[in-house]
Amino acid sequence: MTSITLNIAHRTHIVKTHMARRLSEVLRDDLKLKSVKIGCDAGDCGACTVLIDGAQHCACLVPAGQADGRKIETLETSEPLLSARLQDSFLDHGAAQCGICTPGMMMAATELLRAVPNPDQAQVKEALAGVLCRCTGYRKIIAAVMDANSQTTVCPPPKAGHAVGQPIRRLDGQAKVDGTEVFGADFIPDGTLLVRAIRAQHYHADFEFGDLLAWIKMHAGVECVITAADIAGINCYGVIPPFADQPALAEKTTRYRGEPVALVVGDPKALEALGLDDFPISWIPRPHSLTQADGAGPDATLLHDHRQENTLIRGNVVSGAPDSAMVEAAHVVTGQFETSYVEHAYIEPEAGVAWMEADVLCIQACTQAPVMDLEDTAKILGLPLNKVRIIPSAAGGGFGAKLDVTLQPLLGLAVLKTGMPCRMVFSRSESMQASTKRHPGSMQASIGADAAGKVMAMTFHGDFNTGAYASWGPTVATRVPVHASGPYLTPNYRATSRAVHTNGPTSGAFRGFGVPQAAITQESLYDDLAQKCGIDRLEFRRINALRDDDVTPCGQTLQAVGIIDCLDALKPHWDEFHAEVTAFNTTSRAHKRGIGIASCWYGCGNTGLPNPSTVRFGITPDGQFNLHQGATDIGQGSNTVIAQIAADALGVQVGMINLVGPDTAITPDCGKTSASRQTFITGRAAEASGLALRAAILRLTNLTNADEMTLEGGMLCVRQDQNYQKIPLKDLPTDANGYVLCAEETYDPPTTTLDDNGQGTPYAVYGYGAQIAEVEVDMALGTTKVLRMVAAHDVGRAINPQLAEGQIEGGIAQGIGLALMEEYLPGETENLHNYLIPTIGDMPHITSILIEKPDTEGPMGAKGLGEHVLIPTAPAILNGIHHATGARVTKVPALPHRLLAAIKASQT
Amino acid sequence: MTVINSYLRPSALEHALEELAAGSLRIAAGCTDLFPSTEHKHLQGSILDITGIKSLRGISHTDDGIRIGATTTWTDLIKADLPPACRGLQLAAQKVGALQIQNRGTIAGNLCNASPAADGVPPLLTLDAKVELQSKGGTRVVPLHDFIIGPRKTVLAETELITALLIPKSSLTGHSHFLKLGARAYLVISIAMTSARLVVRNGVVVEAALAIGSCGPVATRVPQVEAQMIGKAVDPVVITDDVVAAAIDPIADMRANAAYRAISAAELLRRTVLELAMDLEAAT
Repeated sequence: MTSITLNIAHRTHIVKTHMARRLSEVLRDDLKLKSVKIGCDAGDCGACTVLIDGAQHCACLVPAGQADGRKIETLETSEPLLSARLQDSFLDHGAAQCGICTPGMMMAATELLRAVPNPDQAQVKEALAGVLCRCTGYRKIIAAVMDANSQTTVCPPPKAGHAVGQPIRRLDGQAKVDGTEVFGADFIPDGTLLVRAIRAQHYHADFEFGDLLAWIKMHAGVECVITAADIAGINCYGVIPPFADQPALAEKTTRYRGEPVALVVGDPKALEALGLDDFPISWIPRPHSLTQADGAGPDATLLHDHRQENTLIRGNVVSGAPDSAMVEAAHVVTGQFETSYVEHAYIEPEAGVAWMEADVLCIQACTQAPVMDLEDTAKILGLPLNKVRIIPSAAGGGFGAKLDVTLQPLLGLAVLKTGMPCRMVFSRSESMQASTKRHPGSMQASIGADAAGKVMAMTFHGDFNTGAYASWGPTVATRVPVHASGPYLTPNYRATSRAVHTNGPTSGAFRGFGVPQAAITQESLYDDLAQKCGIDRLEFRRINALRDDDVTPCGQTLQAVGIIDCLDALKPHWDEFHAEVTAFNTTSRAHKRGIGIASCWYGCGNTGLPNPSTVRFGITPDGQFNLHQGATDIGQGSNTVIAQIAADALGVQVGMINLVGPDTAITPDCGKTSASRQTFITGRAAEASGLALRAAILRLTNLTNADEMTLEGGMLCVRQDQNYQKIPLKDLPTDANGYVLCAEETYDPPTTTLDDNGQGTPYAVYGYGAQIAEVEVDMALGTTKVLRMVAAHDVGRAINPQLAEGQIEGGIAQGIGLALMEEYLPGETENLHNYLIPTIGDMPHITSILIEKPDTEGPMGAKGLGEHVLIPTAPAILNGIHHATGARVTKVPALPHRLLAAIKASQT
Repeated sequence: MTVINSYLRPSALEHALEELAAGSLRIAAGCTDLFPSTEHKHLQGSILDITGIKSLRGISHTDDGIRIGATTTWTDLIKADLPPACRGLQLAAQKVGALQIQNRGTIAGNLCNASPAADGVPPLLTLDAKVELQSKGGTRVVPLHDFIIGPRKTVLAETELITALLIPKSSLTGHSHFLKLGARAYLVISIAMTSARLVVRNGVVVEAALAIGSCGPVATRVPQVEAQMIGKAVDPVVITDDVVAAAIDPIADMRANAAYRAISAAELLRRTVLELAMDLEAAT
C-alpha cells in the first residue's frame, strides 16, 4: 500500500492504494466517481473511459501507479461547460438509452470536441470507436457529438394533454447523462460483504465438495461458503412455473459450463483477491451435447430424466391443408437455415446488493421483471412473498436476459446466512457463461405460390437448442409457429417447433423470442419464391401482405394491419436504391452491391396467457402527482412513454408528473419488460388510471370537463371555460398509500389460449414493419458492409417518435450483429474481444419511417415496437447479399469464410 | 491466501535491470494484455513497471537507422514523422483496437505478448527490425524473426528487458503498406493481415519485403514471392494463392477456418502490393 496523487477537477487527491490496482477501482471505490462503469475489465468495451492528461484511456487497464501525479477527468469532474453542452445534446438527440455506456462515450467525445469543436461523422466514429453501445445503434450518439457545440433551439414543453406524439426528452435522462444513475454495481451500503460464485468449468459433470470448513479456516476474510444444502426453500426456479427446473445452486450435477455450485462470502478486499483455484471440489465430467442435433440424437444423455429425447416442449400451428395445397402450387421453394447462439452483451454485467430491513430481505439489482424475481427468490429462500422486496436498480441493458433471476436468490442466500448486506457483481466472462442466450435454430421450410404469386401454403419446422434449462424455451417454441408465416396471408399452413435440451448455455428470451430466427428462413425463401414467380421482391410481399379482415394461421381475424403501409413507404427508396446499385455494379467487379427486403409482424404481450399491468396514479396532500410506473425501463423508454400517456389521459403537463419506480414494496405489478408489451399493456393501464384520476378530480368540482388542471399553492385548480374550481388538497383525507386522490387501474389484453392446432387469439395487438438494406460485398474476401437501411414500422401511434427511432436504430444494430458477426461458442467466446458486437463503425445510415395505423386496443392507438425492429434486419441483409452475389447464406452469422464459401459454391 | 505482491516502478534503467536480475518479475507497460489476462482488480504477480523510465519511450533517428524505444505507444508511432518505409507500421498502429488501446499499448509489449495476431509484427518484419535486449549482464540484439518463436513464446530471458526496436537504415528505403482483415470495423483481432515494403527504381522492384500475420503460429515473411518480384514492375500477379498457402500455417478458430485464412491472406497481400503500386505512382 502506497499513495498516489491524482489531480481531479483542479484538486489534488492523495489516495492510499496498491500501485497494481486498476485505476477504475480507485476512482469508483476510493473517490466514489461512479460514472466510471465497469463492463469488461479488459479494455474491450470502453465503458470506463476517462481522460488522463487529456487523452482517453480505459481506466480498467491503468495500474494506479501509472496514474500518479496525472490529471484525471471523469464525467462528474470534467470541464463543466463542455460537459453541460454534451449532456444537453445527448438528451436532445435521445443518445442515451440505458445509459451505461454514456459516460465513456461522453469522455471520448470530450477529448474530440476540445480538438475539433465541430467534428464530422468520420471524426466522431474514430474518436468514439473504443466505446461499445448495445442499445442505441450509435446513430444518435454520432449526431449528439456532432451537434454538441452548435446552437440549438429549445422546444417548449408540450402543453397539457399534448405530450403524446412529441419527441420529448427522456424524463429519466438527466442521471444517465451526468453519470449519477445508480446501476446494479453502484450502490454499496457500509459493511457490505462480497459474494463470489464457484462455477462449473465442464459442460456436464458430477461434483463433490471436499472439506469446506477447513478451506474457510485457511482463508482469512472468508465468512462462509454456501451450497445447495443451505437452501431452505425449493431449489428449483424458472420463469414459467410449470417448467421450473433450474437450481439456484446445483446439487451433485452441473448441466452447463458456468453453472454455480457454491457461493463464497466474505470481506470484499480479501475475497476479491482470492484465486479460488484451491476451492475443495472434485469433478467427474460426463458426456455432453452442445448442439440441437446432438441433444436430440439417440445417444444423447438426458439432461432431465422426465424429458424424453431431451425435448422440453413442442409447438405447432396448423390450418387448412398445407400438404395438398403445396402439391397444387405452381412454384415451390424449400430451404434449410441455421442460426447460432447469440449473447445479449449488455454493457452492464449482472450486479446487485441485498440487505435486511427489519425482517424484509431487500434486493437492489438490475432486472427486467421485479415481481417475477420476487416470486422465484421467495420460493428458493423459503420466505413468504411479503418478506422479500425487489428494488430494481437502473439496468444497463437487458434485451431479455435480465428477465430470468440471476444473482437475486444468491444474494438472498448470502444475506440470510450472514445477516450482513451482501453484493455480487458478475465479471464479463461470468455474465457470458451464466446468462441466457438467443436459441440457435435449425429450421427447414417450404413455401408454395400460385402462378400469380399468391402464397398458397407454407410448412415449417424448427429445432431450437434450448440449452440446459427451460427458461423461456416454451415461449420460443410457441411464438415461432404463430409467427413463422411472416405478416403474409398463408391459407394453408403447418409450423412445428421443438425445444431441445443440450449442455450449452440456457437459451432464454432475446428480443423476438425465436421469431428473428424464423424470419430469416421465411424471408429468404420469399426472395427465392418471388424470383421463381418472376415478380419484384417488394411487390411479391405486397401481393401477399396481410390486410384488415384477413385471417392468420391461428384463425384470428386481424384489424389495424399496417404492413402494406410499411411496404408502400419503402417503395420509393427501393426504386432509388435499385437504380444506384445497378449503376454501381456495372463498373465494380471486386465489390458488388445488393438490396434486400424483409418484413415482420409480432404479437405484443404473452402468447395466449394473461399478463396484466396495474398502474397507480395518486396525488399527495402537498400536490405531487405520483405515477407508479412499474414497467422496468431498461433503456427503451417506458419511464417517458408511460408518463406521456398518463399525463395526457389526466390532462396535465407531463413535467408535473413524479415517477415512482418499480419497487415491489410501493408500486403495483406492471409485469415484465418483454414481449414488446409495456407501451401497449402498461400504457393502457396508465391511460385508464389517468382517465380515472381525472374523473375523480372532476367529481370534486361541479365541472363537466376540464380545460386545464394546475397546482397553485397547495390547491389543485381546475378550469372549464371561465369557471375555476380550487381543491384544497391538504384538507382531503388520505388513503392507505398517503394519497388524497388516487386511481389504480389494471389492463390485461383479451387473448385466448391456443388449442391443439394452435388456433385461437394469441395476441390482442400486433405491430408490423419492413426494412430494406443496401449492402456491399467484397467478392474476394466475403466481407459485407451494410451501407444504408430504411425501416418502416407501424407503431399504431408514435407516443414518442424519438424514442421509437432509438428502438429502430438499436434493433437494427443487433440485427446486423445477428446477420454478420455474432456467434457465441461456450468456452471460446466468453469475452467481448472474441465475441463481436457491432461497433460505431459498423452502423449504416438509417432512415426511420414511423407508420401510424392505430389499433383500437392500444393506448391512443399504440402498438409495441421493441422486438419488431430487430426481426427484419438480418433477413434483409441476407437478401441483400444474395442480390449482390447470387449466393444464399444459410447459416448466420455470415462470417467472411462462410460467405466466401457460399459465393464460390454459387459460381460453380 | 491473499498475496500482497510487489510493484516496482523505477525511473532508471539500471535499477530495473538490477531488479530483473534479482528475481522473477512480470514486466508491465501499457497493461493492455496484462490486465485482460486476469479478472482480478490488481495485476497478478510481482510487477516491474517500466513506464517510469523516460529513456525507454520515443523514436530517434540514429546513424544506423531508427530506434523505437520499448514503451513507445501506438499513438506515439502514429504521430511520429517517419519515412514512407514505415507507413505500414503506422497504418498497423491505427488498426490496433481503438484510441484507448493505442494510447496505452506499447510496441515492445506487442512483441513480448507474442500473439500470432500481433498487429505490429508483420510491418516490423518488412522493416527487418531487430530487438534490443538488455540485462544486467549486457546487451544483445536479436532479429525480430528470431525473437518470437511461437504463439506466446519469445527468447526473452527472465532477466532481460526489451529496451528498443532497431530498424536498420538499409530497410528504411522504399514505401510500405499494411492491411488488416476482421469481421467488424473497430476493436477487432485480425483474421489475417499483410504488410509490404517495396523499393522500386526505374519502374523495377529492387527490394521486396512481404509479411503475413494471423495465419500461423508467428507472423512470417514470404521470401518465395519476394524473390519473384525482384527485377519486374510492381505486379501482384506473382502472389498466387498456392505460393502464399505454402508459406503459412493457418489455424481454424472462431474468427475463420484455415482454408479461408489462406485464401484471404493471398488476396490481402495482392491488395497491399496494389495499394503500394498506387502510392508509388503518386509519389513519382
